Amino acid sequence: MGKIRYERPIIQRMNTGFMNKFGTRTEFEPVTNIEGVSVKSLINQYGSPLFVISEKQIRRNYQNATRIFKTRYPKIQFAWSYKTNYMNAVCQVFHQEGAWAEVVSGFEYEKALGNRVPGNKIIFNGPDKTDEQLIAAARNNSLIHIDHYDELYSLIRLSEENNLRPRVAVRVNMDTGIYPKWDRFGFNFENGQAWNAITRIINSENLELVGLHCHIGTFMLSPLAYATATSKLCELTWSIKEKFNKTLQYLDLGGGFPSMNTLKGAYLPGSDTVPSIDQFADAITDVILGYGFKQGDLPLLILESGRALIDDAGYLLGTVIATKRLSDGRRATILDFGVNTLFTSFWYDHKVSPVESFGKHTEEMVLYGPLCMNIDIVRESITMPLLEKGNHLVVHKVGAYNMSQWMQFITLRPNIVLIDNENNTHVIRKAETLEYLELNEQVPEHLKQNSLK
Amino acid sequence: MRLKKNIATSDEGFIFNPGTGDSFSTNEIGTEIISLLKENKPQEIIIETICAKYDVDQNQFEKDLDDYLSQLKDYTILE
Repeated sequence: MGKIRYERPIIQRMNTGFMNKFGTRTEFEPVTNIEGVSVKSLINQYGSPLFVISEKQIRRNYQNATRIFKTRYPKIQFAWSYKTNYMNAVCQVFHQEGAWAEVVSGFEYEKALGNRVPGNKIIFNGPDKTDEQLIAAARNNSLIHIDHYDELYSLIRLSEENNLRPRVAVRVNMDTGIYPKWDRFGFNFENGQAWNAITRIINSENLELVGLHCHIGTFMLSPLAYATATSKLCELTWSIKEKFNKTLQYLDLGGGFPSMNTLKGAYLPGSDTVPSIDQFADAITDVILGYGFKQGDLPLLILESGRALIDDAGYLLGTVIATKRLSDGRRATILDFGVNTLFTSFWYDHKVSPVESFGKHTEEMVLYGPLCMNIDIVRESITMPLLEKGNHLVVHKVGAYNMSQWMQFITLRPNIVLIDNENNTHVIRKAETLEYLELNEQVPEHLKQNSLK
Repeated sequence: MRLKKNIATSDEGFIFNPGTGDSFSTNEIGTEIISLLKENKPQEIIIETICAKYDVDQNQFEKDLDDYLSQLKDYTILE
């Protein structure tokens, strides 16, 4: 007769008087596969930790968001926010679905061109555009979103010097009733700065004003704020038509739609509190359609959603390195990925699932990363089954920002694998090596030797 | 290393310490360890018994037992 399955001994004090009316889960469903591909086989083949992206889920998200907006408004265009995840394979999935590119730096702009996005389908945002980049964007007929007066006057000068007529939009910031108010991008609506910039552009012979843009915040939980922003952009559009007899081609409401992740400090999980894309679509399109534009004057509505379209298509697989007990009795579990790899653990209480099956017992624990740094905490408190060295975990909804904001710090960055529509796996970014990392390092001749033996 | 005499236990893993008023729950292996401690079995016998019955490496179980016993001490369940 075989031996009985082992589970390490555990004892827990039973508390009374602090009942959580929502309760906590005591059973965990193991996540054994992603899109039909076994998690263990992925780790065996590509190592741990490992980022996994589901192409199917990206396409589902994109098609869903497009359907939601297109059933409410006739002219919709999504532009993929490169900074959210600029793996070329990921960008190409969005471009295949019809998304333009939205970039915020010269490096991202070149990436978009490299992905064969036509110049006139690249939106160039961001406060830092060099003269060379502005000229290139103007020559490519890209949409240049002007962030500040210095940029506006640079562009006027460059256009005159180079005989260019770039298509531009004004970035507008405003009070949408939320805190903190984002007023660092673009020109302010309330104090008249935005109108002054618009007037200056229209009076310039070298710039063609084609749209207005705003980016009111990130992980926005209030659809009402978008209604307010849309209303203010419509007011400017209307005034431009009345005063200058000029019809703008588009309104760009930027990004900021949240994913279903749970923000740190939130009492309820994101899946219970985050508004659906339908609610944001209602808020935005109701305002434009109700503003009184003639049918032919209705502007194209551009959206630069990133997080909401990619977060739940990304997973991080990892392994338990060790478990230990802290001085106050809490369990600590050390993982092979930390804040360097999972950057968004600074913002979210990520959902983490076991891969193996466990008994019904659970314990509260801290999830630490492998870094020799006190800040390396993946979850400050989480109830999990009785994990042991060698167990595997799946972190959910990590598709946004991690693969662009991750840090090469102490450890090397891992493989990223894409699972395609036929459930085939492809490495879309190879794990880093020491050789790769030192490629750009140079050691002066006198420092190439030492006398240590 | 012995269980305090006044500690009440059940076969289902419920533990009550009348000295402090604290109640605890433990899992199946924990219940077996408590029961062996109640019989004043030495640590080597506990290790031998559990490793014979469960699919666990002895080093692994020794580590887990140390951790478990230190928790019992913290909860003043051991003498």
